[in-house]
Amino acid sequence: MSDKLASHFMAPKAGPAHDHGDKFKVEKLDFFYGKFNALTDITVDIKRHAVTAFIGPSGCGKSTFLRCLNRMNDLIPGTRVEGKITLDGNDIYAPGVDPVDLRRRVGMIFQQPNPFPMSIYDNVAYGPKLHGVRKKSELDGIVEESLKRANVWKEVKDIMGRGGLTLSGGQQQRLCIARVLAVEPEVLLMDEPCSAIDPTSVQKVEDLMAELKDRITIVIVTHNMQQAARVSDYTAFFLQELAGEPAHLIEYDRTASLFTTPKDRRTEDYITGRFG
Amino acid sequence: MQSRERMDKRITNGIALGVIWLAALATVGALGTILLYVVVNGIGQLTPAFIFGWPHGVNMDGGIWPTIQATLYVTALAMLITTPIAVLAAVYLAEYAVQGRLVSTIRFAADSLASVPSIVMGLFGLSLFVEGIGMGFSVLAAALALSFLLLPIIVRTTEESIRAVPKYIRWGSYGLGASKWQTVSRIVLPSALPRITTGVILAAGRAAGETAVVIYTMGTMINAPVSPLDPGRTMPVHLMLMAQEGINMPAAYGTALLLVLMVLGFNLTARYIGRRNRRMQG
Amino acid sequence: MTESRDPRTGEPVPDMCVDDPADAVGAPDPHSDSTLSTISKATYFKEAALRNLFLLCACVAVAGVGLIFLFVGLKGWPIFAKVGIWQFLTGAKWYPTKEFFGILPLIVNSLLAMVGALVLGAPLAIGTAVFLSEVASPKLRELVRPAVELLAGIPSVVYGFFGLVLLRPIIARLFGGLGFGLFTVWLILAVMILPTIAALTEDALRSVPEGIREASYAMGATKWQTIWRVLLPAAKIGIIDAIILGMGRAIGETMAVVMVAGNARVIPDGIFKPFLTLTTVIVMDMPYASGDHRTALFGVAIILFIISMAFVAAIRVISRFGKEMS
Repeated sequence: MSDKLASHFMAPKAGPAHDHGDKFKVEKLDFFYGKFNALTDITVDIKRHAVTAFIGPSGCGKSTFLRCLNRMNDLIPGTRVEGKITLDGNDIYAPGVDPVDLRRRVGMIFQQPNPFPMSIYDNVAYGPKLHGVRKKSELDGIVEESLKRANVWKEVKDIMGRGGLTLSGGQQQRLCIARVLAVEPEVLLMDEPCSAIDPTSVQKVEDLMAELKDRITIVIVTHNMQQAARVSDYTAFFLQELAGEPAHLIEYDRTASLFTTPKDRRTEDYITGRFG
Repeated sequence: MQSRERMDKRITNGIALGVIWLAALATVGALGTILLYVVVNGIGQLTPAFIFGWPHGVNMDGGIWPTIQATLYVTALAMLITTPIAVLAAVYLAEYAVQGRLVSTIRFAADSLASVPSIVMGLFGLSLFVEGIGMGFSVLAAALALSFLLLPIIVRTTEESIRAVPKYIRWGSYGLGASKWQTVSRIVLPSALPRITTGVILAAGRAAGETAVVIYTMGTMINAPVSPLDPGRTMPVHLMLMAQEGINMPAAYGTALLLVLMVLGFNLTARYIGRRNRRMQG
Repeated sequence: MTESRDPRTGEPVPDMCVDDPADAVGAPDPHSDSTLSTISKATYFKEAALRNLFLLCACVAVAGVGLIFLFVGLKGWPIFAKVGIWQFLTGAKWYPTKEFFGILPLIVNSLLAMVGALVLGAPLAIGTAVFLSEVASPKLRELVRPAVELLAGIPSVVYGFFGLVLLRPIIARLFGGLGFGLFTVWLILAVMILPTIAALTEDALRSVPEGIREASYAMGATKWQTIWRVLLPAAKIGIIDAIILGMGRAIGETMAVVMVAGNARVIPDGIFKPFLTLTTVIVMDMPYASGDHRTALFGVAIILFIISMAFVAAIRVISRFGKEMS
C-alpha cells in the first residue's frame, strides 16, 4: 500500500521525528452555528514549533475549527463552543480570558489577502502601535525585521510609502504575514493562505513556514494535499460525511505516517483522490 | 394568429417604453425649467454689491450679505452640533448594537425624526429653545432645532458607510489582537470617512435650505449674527418674505439663485468626494 | 544523541532539535508567557464606557421624539382638554377668534393636496425609476440620476417661489382666477415628492435579482412585459414604502404650499380656489395668535407629528408583512 501512495506526492521534507510538546490541547470540542452543529467530538493536540496541516474536503469545518483556536468565531453572532481548548495548559475559553490578547499571541492569516487601506509601512506598524510601541526607530526596526521574516523585504523596501493594496496578490499575502509577525505571535494560524496567490509566492510562503517554525507554532488549513505533505510535520484529516451532519476529525498523525500508511479507510480514499 | 400577438406585444412595448422615456424627460425637464428660470432671472442680480452689501430701505434694496452670513453661520453650527453625535450613534448601531427592542425603538425614533414636518420642528424649537430655555431668537436655538432634523440623515448615511467596510478588513485587525474600539477608530472609520463626509455635506445642504425651522427659532430680523445668541434672517427666510411681499422681485430672484448655487455647491462637492473615493479604492 | 530514520528510505535523518530541552514533551514553551491574560478591570470599564457613550448618542433620537411630545404636545394639550380631542379633529369650523377649533376642513384639505400630488407625482416618479433601473444606458443614467438627486436637494422655499412666480400666472391665465389653489399645489408637490419616490423605487427595482429578468426574457417576454408583470410586482413592497414616504412628505410640506395655496379658510369649492391646510394654518396664524388660539396651533402641530409617525409605523408594518410573505 505504501508504494502506491508514495507515488502520489513529492517526498515529504525530512523533519525532526521526535515528539514536540503540546501547544494546544483540544478536548471533545463541539462547535455550533446557532442550532447547527458544525463540528463534533474534536480531540487533538497541536504540537509546538511544528507545522500542523488540516486537510479535508471543502466546507467540512477546517476553517471553523481553526478559528476556534484564536476565538475569532466569537465575532460571529450566534456561535457556541462546547468542550475545552487549552493553550500551554490554560483554558482559552475560561470566563474572564481576554480574547483580544489571545489573538495577539495566536495570529491569523486569511485566505483572501487583506492588507489595510494604508501604506505598506503603516500596515506592518499597525500591530506594534496597537500595543504601545511609539518610538519611530523602534517601529522602523520591527517593520524591517518582520518584512524580512516574511520573505518580502527586498521587494518592498523602496516603496514603503505606497499603499498595501497596490501590491500583487502574493506580495499582499506576505505583507499580511509580516503584519502578523510584527506582534510576535507564538502561533500562526493560516487559513488556506496560498489558494489565492501565484505559484512563486506560494513557494516563498512555504519557505518562510519552514524558517518560522523554530520559534512559532504553525497550523495551516489547506485543500492542497501536496502542500500539506510538503510543509507539515503533523496532519489532521477532517470529514463531514453527510450534508447537515457535523464534521469529525477522522485521523491525526505525523504527516509522513498519515500519507504513507493511513489508518482509516476514509483517509486513504481522500488522499488518493477518490473524492473531494 | 401568432404574429398578431407578437405585433400587439411589440406595440404595447413600444408605447410603454415611450411613456417611460417621457417620465424621465419630464423629470429632467422639471429640474431644467426651475434651474433655468431662477438662473435667467437672477443672474443679473449677482453683483459684488448684492452679495456683500446690506439691504436698506423699505424695499430691501442693496444686498443680502447679512442673510448669507446668517445662513452659513447656522448651517456650520448645526453641523458642528449634530455630526459627532450622529457619527457615534451610527457606530453604535453598526458595530455594537444587538437586534432587540432597544435598537428597534431607536430606529423608529430616528425614522420619525426624519419625517417630522419642518414646521413642527420649528414650533418645537420655539417652545423649547427660544422660550423654554430662554435663548430667544438666536443662531443657537435654530442650530439645535436643525440638529434634531439632521441627526437621522447623518446617522443613516454614516451607518451605511460603516457597513460598507468589508468584513475581512476588520478581521485582519481583530486577528492582530486589536480591541473593538481600536478596530473601529483606526481602521473602520478612516476607511468609511469619504462616504461619511459625503453624507455630512449633503445634510449641510439640507440645513442651509431650511425655512420653517429657522423662522421660528432665529426670527426674521435682518442681522449679521456674531455670537450664537444673536438673531438673524437666513436666505430662505428672506426669499420667502420677499416673495410674499412682492415688492422687490429682482432681489428675490437673486436670493433664490444664490441659494440654489449654494445647495448645488454642496451637492457637487459631495458627489466629487464620492467619485474620487471610488476611483482611489479601485 | 538519538537518531531517527526516514520511514520510506531508511536513511538516517539528522535530528537537529532533540538537544533543545525546550522541545521535549512537557517542557514549557520558551517563546511564550505561561499564563493567559484576563481582561483587566481597566480595559473592561473602558470598553463598557465607550459602548455606553455610543448608546447614549443613539438614544438622542429617542430623546428627540420624547422632547417633541413634551414641548409641542404638552403645549397643545390644553386645547384638547378644553375642546375635546374628538371635537377638535372633527369640528368643521376653524374660526379661532370666535372659539371654533375644528380642524376637519384642514385635514380634508391636507388630504386633498396629498392625494393629488400622489396621483401626479407617483407615476412620474415610478416611471423615472424604471427608466433609471431598466431602460437607460449607463451614460443616460449618469445624467438622469444626478438630476433626481438635485431635485431632492432644492429647498422647498425655492419650489414655492418658482410656483409663485411662474406657475401661478400661467394657471391664472389658462384657468382664470388668481392661480392659487389645489391645482397649483398639486403640481408643485408632485415635483417635490418625485425624487423621494423615485430614489426608493429605483433601489427596490435594483434589489430584484438579475436572474429574474433573465428568466423572463428567456420566455420571450418584451421589456415592458417583464417590467409590468415581473419586476414591479417583485419590488412591490419597496414601491409601497416609497409611496408612503412620499405621502408623508406631501402632507408635511409647509413653505412651498403656503406660497401657492392662497390660504383662505374654507374647504375649496374648486381646484383653482385658495385653501388652507394643517401646515399652512400654523404659518398663517402664528404671527398673531395668542392664548387658546396659539395653544390650538400647537395642537395642530402635534397632530401633524402623530400623522407622520403613523406613516413611519405603516412602512415598518408593511415591510415586515412583506418579508414574512416572501
